[in-house]
Amino acid sequence: MRRRILPGFGLSLGYALTYLGLIVLLPLAALAWKASGIGIGGMLHLLGSPRTLAALRLSFAGAMLAAVINAGFGLLVAWVLVRYRFPGRRLFDALVDLPFALPTAVAGIALTALYAPNGWLGRWLTPWGIQIAYAPPGVILAMVFVGFPFVVRTLQPVLASLDRDVEEAAESLGASHLQTFFRVILPVLVPTLLTGFALALARAVGEYGSVIFIAGNIPMRSEIAPLLIVEKLEEFDYAGAAALGMVMLLASFALLILISRLQRWSGRWAELQR
Amino acid sequence: MSRLDRQPPWPRRIGRGLLGLLAVGFLSVFLLLPLAVVFVEALRQGVHAYLSSIGQHEALAAIRLTLLVAVISVPLNVLFGVAAAWLMARFEFRGKALLGAFIDLPFSVSPVISGLVYVLLFGAQGWFGPWLGAHDIKIIFAVPGLVLATIFITLPFVARELIPLMQSQGSDEEEAARVLGAGGWQMFFRVTLPNIRWALLYGVLLCNARAMGEFGAVSVVSGHIRGLTTTMPLEVEMRYNEYDYVGAFAVATLLALLALLTLAIKTLLEWRYGDEIAAHAPGGH
Repeated sequence: MRRRILPGFGLSLGYALTYLGLIVLLPLAALAWKASGIGIGGMLHLLGSPRTLAALRLSFAGAMLAAVINAGFGLLVAWVLVRYRFPGRRLFDALVDLPFALPTAVAGIALTALYAPNGWLGRWLTPWGIQIAYAPPGVILAMVFVGFPFVVRTLQPVLASLDRDVEEAAESLGASHLQTFFRVILPVLVPTLLTGFALALARAVGEYGSVIFIAGNIPMRSEIAPLLIVEKLEEFDYAGAAALGMVMLLASFALLILISRLQRWSGRWAELQR
Repeated sequence: MSRLDRQPPWPRRIGRGLLGLLAVGFLSVFLLLPLAVVFVEALRQGVHAYLSSIGQHEALAAIRLTLLVAVISVPLNVLFGVAAAWLMARFEFRGKALLGAFIDLPFSVSPVISGLVYVLLFGAQGWFGPWLGAHDIKIIFAVPGLVLATIFITLPFVARELIPLMQSQGSDEEEAARVLGAGGWQMFFRVTLPNIRWALLYGVLLCNARAMGEFGAVSVVSGHIRGLTTTMPLEVEMRYNEYDYVGAFAVATLLALLALLTLAIKTLLEWRYGDEIAAHAPGGH
């Protein structure tokens, strides 16, 4: 390796490692240590309890469903924002980031005010027997809200760079509009769509603030795993909280690895298109 | 616009119109309506009730605390972000990919876990709990805990914006400055910093919005002591749980305005300096 002409390697390495060590690694070590304290038996007992299982199922299955919904609506919105020209387009485009910018507690009470049985939208849904707030659908709705920008923002640059000649070729060869979409456009988008899906999923799995207001937090029914951690802490069950936290953390690690794989795949895919 | 759009046959035009309406309708109901409901509910009992519930002592204390936490945690993460970006974009070393993964980690961890880890470290039953107790130092259920949890949550923002930009800019200008005799800090302040200033501002903006709006992580370490350890999002929660809806939404309007201001500046920066911010990973924040 040639002699480094740029200065500051030692300084920036030392500073970054110290900072990360103190802020991220040391606390995570404390989590792992505390979680290991309950032992394998304790872990199985904790994970085997119906309430824990129900909470984990809601967090993971709910996040999965929310990410699927986001993939659909995200694709639609990204498509319209990239391909259509209409008044207010830039405003709507900027608005897509709202769930990133709006504090989750605010999103939580706003969604509850809309979808509660006597809320703005809830009062029209209740007569039809549709309950959103204080039930699992409310949890999923909040998860869709926080994950929504990920899919749109991941898809937009790829959609914008699509070569339209290919679509025109398909149509001039007699393909219908839908055929062009499903046979020509969608296959190219798959890696990017999956990346956006995984990002939305990762965000929704751990989501807390926007969910707990609308969820109603009924044990076994609409209680998410992060809330269960908070409840264990409030009962001074530190080991239980740590163990459940560790399970969530490992799931996040797995998703993080999946996302970086997907990003590399869609990057290579984009190269191939050129 | 492409040739395809010039004269679409009428079924296609109707299809396009429906698709556009569906998208705009979804955005309106799903994003605009929650924003509107915050302001309407806050003003439900008139402007006077709104103003007086913002002017209450606890609300003002929450605003002050939120600003204090942001003022401490954002600059620390800016320093870290610049150092980490310099390291990641300018040098090759063993373990670089792992370091990158750890920088990203706080983004993918549940906010609750970000708070939990500090309770396990500094809480009464934590690693340093007994020692801190003996020396009468409070971190959990006190301001230092709020600051630490906020730093953890917002750690990646600045680094994430700067790393891809600095990688795409390359180091030619900096190397030239060095060859021409600039000292390390001279090079940094005259070459590096001007090249990344807009991206840095962009990162600071997002970092600050999250620092002021963070709920889950601070909720775990706060202890909810009114007037002492409740930031604005926690004040929203407490008022809401006490059925003080106007009060909760009143504080929420301030946070919503902060979000709108953040979005406005962000959009402005993207339009004006898009190329100089550029290359930030999609969905990376």
